[in-house]
Amino acid sequence: MKKIIAAGIFGLSLAASGLAYAEPVKIGVITTLSGGGAGLGVDMRDAFALAMKQSGNKDVELVIEDDAQKPEIAVQLAEKMIQSDKVDLLTGIIWSNLAMAVVPNAVAQDVIYLSPNAGPSALAGAKCNKNYFNVAYQNDNFHEAMGQYANKDYKKTFILAPNYPAGKDSLTGFKRYYKGELAGEVYTQVGQTDYAAEIAQIRDSGADSVFFFLPGGMGISFMKQYAQSGVNIPVMGPGFSFDQDILPAVGDAALGVKNSASWSKDLDNEANKQFVEAFKAEYKRLPSVYAAQSWDTANLILSALGKASVKDKDAFRAALKAADFKSVRGEFTFNTNNHPVQNIYVREVIKEGDVLTNKIVATAFEHHKDAYAEQCKM
Amino acid sequence: MSIALLLEQLLNGLQLGVMLFLMAAGLTLIFGVMGLINLAHGSLYMVGAFACAAVAAATGSFWIGLAASLVAAAAAGAIIEVTVIRRLYDRDHLDQVLATFALILIFSEGTRWMFGSFPLYLDIPPLLQGAVPLPGGGQYQLYRLAIIGVGVVVALGLYVLISRTRLGMRIRAGESDREMIAALGVDIRTLYTVVFALGAALAGLAGALVGALQSVQVGMGEPALILAFVVIVIGGIGSIKGALFGAVLVGVVDTMGRFLLPKVLALMIPAAQAGPIGAALASMLIYIVMALILAFRPSGLFATQS
Repeated sequence: MKKIIAAGIFGLSLAASGLAYAEPVKIGVITTLSGGGAGLGVDMRDAFALAMKQSGNKDVELVIEDDAQKPEIAVQLAEKMIQSDKVDLLTGIIWSNLAMAVVPNAVAQDVIYLSPNAGPSALAGAKCNKNYFNVAYQNDNFHEAMGQYANKDYKKTFILAPNYPAGKDSLTGFKRYYKGELAGEVYTQVGQTDYAAEIAQIRDSGADSVFFFLPGGMGISFMKQYAQSGVNIPVMGPGFSFDQDILPAVGDAALGVKNSASWSKDLDNEANKQFVEAFKAEYKRLPSVYAAQSWDTANLILSALGKASVKDKDAFRAALKAADFKSVRGEFTFNTNNHPVQNIYVREVIKEGDVLTNKIVATAFEHHKDAYAEQCKM
Repeated sequence: MSIALLLEQLLNGLQLGVMLFLMAAGLTLIFGVMGLINLAHGSLYMVGAFACAAVAAATGSFWIGLAASLVAAAAAGAIIEVTVIRRLYDRDHLDQVLATFALILIFSEGTRWMFGSFPLYLDIPPLLQGAVPLPGGGQYQLYRLAIIGVGVVVALGLYVLISRTRLGMRIRAGESDREMIAALGVDIRTLYTVVFALGAALAGLAGALVGALQSVQVGMGEPALILAFVVIVIGGIGSIKGALFGAVLVGVVDTMGRFLLPKVLALMIPAAQAGPIGAALASMLIYIVMALILAFRPSGLFATQS
């Protein structure tokens, strides 16, 4: 009898010590893997999984689910992951309207959320939270950079974006730095596929340039239709409409277009070279900015896991905030509102052989901070 | 605002209407003849676009791709009619909706499995590239004019088919009395398959034509399907003429709403708010029109007797 008890205690202590050393970490990834926006989510997921795989960290378990780009599904998935899967961290959401539906609720339950893409202004300002880390950008940033760059060449710009949080953030961001006159300001429907009515207005407006933010399939449709419309006014936009996920579908219509992003595949640093090589080798395609941000998110989490236990929230948050990882975007630190301080570049669409891709032509901002950090009381 | 701009927007509305007609004609034909609500019609549209893009990429010719889209969509239509849809005619509409919704999911994931999650490339054929001048100093995209032309040809063709041919006679007979036409010895099963394949081919044609303008991607059919349903509800379910009028009405109202509402609102409220509010109102406009029409004509503009 004594022996059995002793063996039992020995077994228990083994199990307990096992827990203490190889602490398993569960990460919930909610992203868009079906429907029109799936390309973005697939890049996000693939880069995240690849970074985890390359790290060799066996304690990380990923729970990956598809939100189908629908806020109500994303909310259900988040509840399920928090309540029944008991995830330690949440990440993955691509779209701002989904982030607004999920993030405030999740962080209120003391779950740490790391955004690999969406950065709605509300979450950067008044509604900021110690449990919310944005590893990508604040939504306005890329657009601010394009507004700044447009001052160089243009005086009268026509601007358009979809009618949802990121669309409004986009045009607000552009206007914050653009000094010229606006030839028109149009909000389109989310998921709109035909832009003939808007292109007709551009033609009629007397604009000298067009700035548009139409992520995913919307941008493909717009560029193809614009190229055929006979309107020759130069276009520019944030990198989202000219990134590796959609350039093949847009085709040569995109050649020469200037666009802004925090990352480009030709960005000259060691971490980026390794990332681009690893991604190409694993998936046989070039990575997009979504993949780059997701790769950084994964590496940020890994760096924090090396410093603190995910169960000790305060220590883990401090470890995240230190941003002690090698970003593919070069220098990367967190501002007071847990949003990035980073450079924003202007890129140009070029052809490398048969492949359309981007190269950096200018730096719009160095160590750029978002405009909402002051409203954040944290 | 110039006359040229107004004319261009009217043409845009007409072109959108023609696209919707190609979708709605098949949908309303299938409902009229078989009494079936086919949610998978949008998937056949997607099949057409993917077939066109894949074949055009492989052969380098848009025209071969266009032919392939007709064949692929008609074949896909015939296959699902024989395997799935045929079992649904005697069931109620809820079962039909559930089964055809399942088909949407199967088609979407099947397409993703074959072609991946990234959009395909499909460009306008060289013959139809560029723009043509409009009276009043404007310009209009040649390809969109060609789409309007295709729509007119299809509408005429359907009219001749339904009112002048033996097949059309059988379709009309099938609409008014299914049992009687079967009792007269017409092979109703083959007729149903032919009608379904015809509707599918029209959807595939619409998908291929639009694919050159937009991105060819999984899930592209569902937004078009919703509009097509609005069209057939406005036009009167089962009526091809209703589908034509409904489609042009929806196309023009939607385009003009998107274009004019923000401008009208800007006269009343500050411009910064007029943009988003006008855009939101414009996206509701066709549903408001539909509600108004249904309030006065509950079975649509050109309702069939049944």
